[in-house]
Amino acid sequence: MAWDRNQMAARAAQELQDGMYVNLGIGIPTLVANYIPEGVQVTLQSENGMLGIGPFPTENEVDADLINAGKQTVTALPHTAYFDSSESFAMIRGGKINMAILGAMEVAENGDIANWMIPGKLVKGMGGAMDLVAGVARVIVVMDHTNKAGESKVLKACTLPLTAQGVVKRIISNLGVLDVGEGGLKIVECADGVTEAEIRAATEATIVN
Amino acid sequence: MKKVYGSAHDALDGLLFDGMTIAAGGFGLCGIPELLIDAIREAGTKDITVASNNCGVDDFGLGVLLKTRQIRKMMSSYVGENAEFMRQYLSGELELEFNPQGTLAERMRAGGAGIPGFYTKTGVGTVIAEGKEHKEFGGETYILERAIVADLAIVKAWKADTTGNAIFRKTARNFNPPAAKCGKICVLEVEEIVETGMLDPDAIHLPGIYVHRLIQGQHEKRIEQRTVRAA
Repeated sequence: MAWDRNQMAARAAQELQDGMYVNLGIGIPTLVANYIPEGVQVTLQSENGMLGIGPFPTENEVDADLINAGKQTVTALPHTAYFDSSESFAMIRGGKINMAILGAMEVAENGDIANWMIPGKLVKGMGGAMDLVAGVARVIVVMDHTNKAGESKVLKACTLPLTAQGVVKRIISNLGVLDVGEGGLKIVECADGVTEAEIRAATEATIVN
Repeated sequence: MKKVYGSAHDALDGLLFDGMTIAAGGFGLCGIPELLIDAIREAGTKDITVASNNCGVDDFGLGVLLKTRQIRKMMSSYVGENAEFMRQYLSGELELEFNPQGTLAERMRAGGAGIPGFYTKTGVGTVIAEGKEHKEFGGETYILERAIVADLAIVKAWKADTTGNAIFRKTARNFNPPAAKCGKICVLEVEEIVETGMLDPDAIHLPGIYVHRLIQGQHEKRIEQRTVRAA
């Protein structure tokens, strides 16, 4: 047993605290918005220039001028604010966004992250990922612990081109929760039905404790 | 001075030349200067370097200038939506300079603000930092990024008055203000031109000083990812 996509998103949502400004990446991180705990108010940022992302529109509400960073149509909320892209990244670079939750191809035990290119494969670009991981105070990665070939994505050192060095604070995988710390990763929590031994077996990185 | 022109073709008269650099506003297909892009296609200007976050899709936005081989180089952060882009890039016909999205926006903003470069943490320790000056501030490493000043900026807003004071709508603002500011000349297309005095001066997003020429027209405003919930 391990967590599925929705359970990973639900676990990541437990990281959110009342009053936070948060940027969610594409994929599983987007699902985090469905699990925001009751009584916790968070404002979601979209790096194309919006604070306060609302739900997807109904057919009648669709507006070509209102999209998120994944280019999906969205809606506004009563506290929504719009701004241009340089302002958007000023608040990201300036450390105003409390948390970024994003996916990754690889994370290393020192907090390095690779999530934008695989050499020899089609390169689409880094978008805002490099700015987000470099500028946001707390970076949390949500990803599967291993790749399709069963190889660990939690490594001693990243093999793919980096998105940033030493920025990841916590990894939430299908197997559990690990923190980046002195000398390696620390197991914080095991997913339902997963043992520490199973996490260790699926992790190439050093695990301390 | 008259800023309002009758068509995109007229507004670009005398501004286009082979080998020029153009900054374009828009994010994905949202808020793109679709009328000016079409007029550049008709003009046939070649070897253009375009600074724009994305490059449209195969048959809309900047993608139409790829199809006609008018673009020599793109400066972008994400180009994943465009098959023709990938084909030209992989065959070596098209140059590509990847910029982190915030770095691209700030390079434009800086270019318009008379700031030739700035230091940022974004990209430190990655391929983006290769060949760039590194400098420490307060024990942290930053890299030098240089401003972009374009020969021409093409941007899209919602409304403008006849002096070029402009207002954007929702997330269609995106890269348009920084792109407008970094152009030596800026041509703006809007959905509606109103008489001067009709816009609230407190509500202006882009002051007319940045806008040299102005047109009004019909916009298709194509949606890339129509995502809806049940009513």
